[in-house]
Amino acid sequence: MNSLPTAEKEAKAPPAPPRKKASRKAQGSIVPRATVAGRALVAVVAIMTFLASLTLGTVLAVRATADMWRSDVAREVTIQIRAGDPAAVDAQVKAATDIAQGTPGIAEVHVLSQDETGRLLEPWLGTGLDFSDLPVPRIIVLRLDPSQTPDLARLRRTLTDRIPTASLDDHRSWSRRLGSMAEGVMATGIGLLVLVAIATVLSVVFATRAAVATNRTIVEVLHFVGARDGFIAAQFQRHFLKIGAQGGLLGGLSACAVFLAIASLPRLGFGGDPENPSILTWLYPGLLGFAGIAVLVLLVAGVTALTSRMTVYRTLRTIQ
Amino acid sequence: MVGGRKTSDSLKVGALVRFENVGLRYGMGPEVLKDVTFGIEPNSFQFLTGPSGAGKTTLMRLLFLSLKPTRGLITLFGRDVSSLDPDEVAVLRRRIGIVFQDFRLLDHLTTYENVALPLRVLGKEETSYRAEVTELMHWVGLGDRMNVLPPVLSGGEKQRAAIARALIGRPEFLLADEPTGNVDPTLARRLLRLFVELNKSGTSVLLATHDIALMDQFDARRLVIADGRLYVYE
Repeated sequence: MNSLPTAEKEAKAPPAPPRKKASRKAQGSIVPRATVAGRALVAVVAIMTFLASLTLGTVLAVRATADMWRSDVAREVTIQIRAGDPAAVDAQVKAATDIAQGTPGIAEVHVLSQDETGRLLEPWLGTGLDFSDLPVPRIIVLRLDPSQTPDLARLRRTLTDRIPTASLDDHRSWSRRLGSMAEGVMATGIGLLVLVAIATVLSVVFATRAAVATNRTIVEVLHFVGARDGFIAAQFQRHFLKIGAQGGLLGGLSACAVFLAIASLPRLGFGGDPENPSILTWLYPGLLGFAGIAVLVLLVAGVTALTSRMTVYRTLRTIQ
Repeated sequence: MVGGRKTSDSLKVGALVRFENVGLRYGMGPEVLKDVTFGIEPNSFQFLTGPSGAGKTTLMRLLFLSLKPTRGLITLFGRDVSSLDPDEVAVLRRRIGIVFQDFRLLDHLTTYENVALPLRVLGKEETSYRAEVTELMHWVGLGDRMNVLPPVLSGGEKQRAAIARALIGRPEFLLADEPTGNVDPTLARRLLRLFVELNKSGTSVLLATHDIALMDQFDARRLVIADGRLYVYE
């Protein structure tokens, strides 16, 4: 190409900043990175991801805790002998113990002593009482063998046939209540996740529209230099993928930090007796929960990018 | 200069652009362009002129496929523009270079990146066009302004950057909308010489201007729009 006769430099032009050789660095992003709308959207996505991660972690923690409680409860059944003549009651306890020990699937039979029974009643009756004057039933705790399933229905029939004052409690109603509570929490959590997802998608749709409107000149210039819609959409998608990933990571990591902080409370001297936690020390989502939060972050980034792509395509139809 | 006429004999087979009885109205308003008929030949040079509000910009927008006519036929590179899908429009636009009066440079990209934009949107690797872009920028006198952002450039430099961007894709047809509207007469003359030079190298040029003095400096075909009608002065 010959030198252009018109290429004389203008004397009035401001001097260029000193430049070294034309060593080119990575090209600038076609969609400007740092915009106020971009930073606001990072905050919105971070908050949404934080809420979704908290919800997901809590749901998984509730489910794990409920499962643990249920399995604890399911590992034990109790035989109760109603109070009556002490000699007769002792004989009935002995008979019930023999029946239980002869039942396959029962690993251990333990008759609660008067002291143990007293400790169980302490929260209601206080200490220092003489239980011999009270009609306190006798309790026999049966620990089940996890490798064998005992026939509890048959045991119940045998007990009630031979000892009319005996009853077998396998804690089913308690277990059912725990189960329905856990399922209720799960359903609520899923509902919350769906709402948070919808809110995130809507936020991204509005932010993308705003970004395309703000960068309309860029879109027009890209059109005029022959860019296909797919190319333009890809530029915005890349931009919003970064925003989604940033916001998602920020929100997800914050939620993880909250869960880890709660889990470390007992070690720091908060949370009271580990056997009887008084605050949210049970709220630990476990590895599955943290993996779920990681998946959530990826999903948020992906959904943000995909939503922006679809919105750009729709918006481009209005710009010729 | 001979008297103007509304031509149909200016339509020739093989023209880059053909307008036949083209009319355009915005919404339900009056027709902004009426029965416009003309053609643009390969390697030709023409001015498009007319008073403000006569329809120059609308005609330019039709030429770079930013608008579709409400009636009549427009053929661009042998294709009827009414039947093009968005991807085909993009492909046709790559054969047209456009220089806007307001430059339309992207302020967050360097001058080099702005000039290279038409090649970048084709998905080309930066290394494959670096030498070509650098050479063109030297040719238009912006060799030492490559890494500068447009807000730092003078009006003339912006205009030359916009022209370089329009040329980098080696267009067959160059449209320039008031390219001298923002520069002083001396620079306007230089820019005109640049467009003439381009035309000599085989690019058809349509230069929209209302600057009579500029047009008088180069004897070329004139397309004059008045009251929405086009008159051609060969």
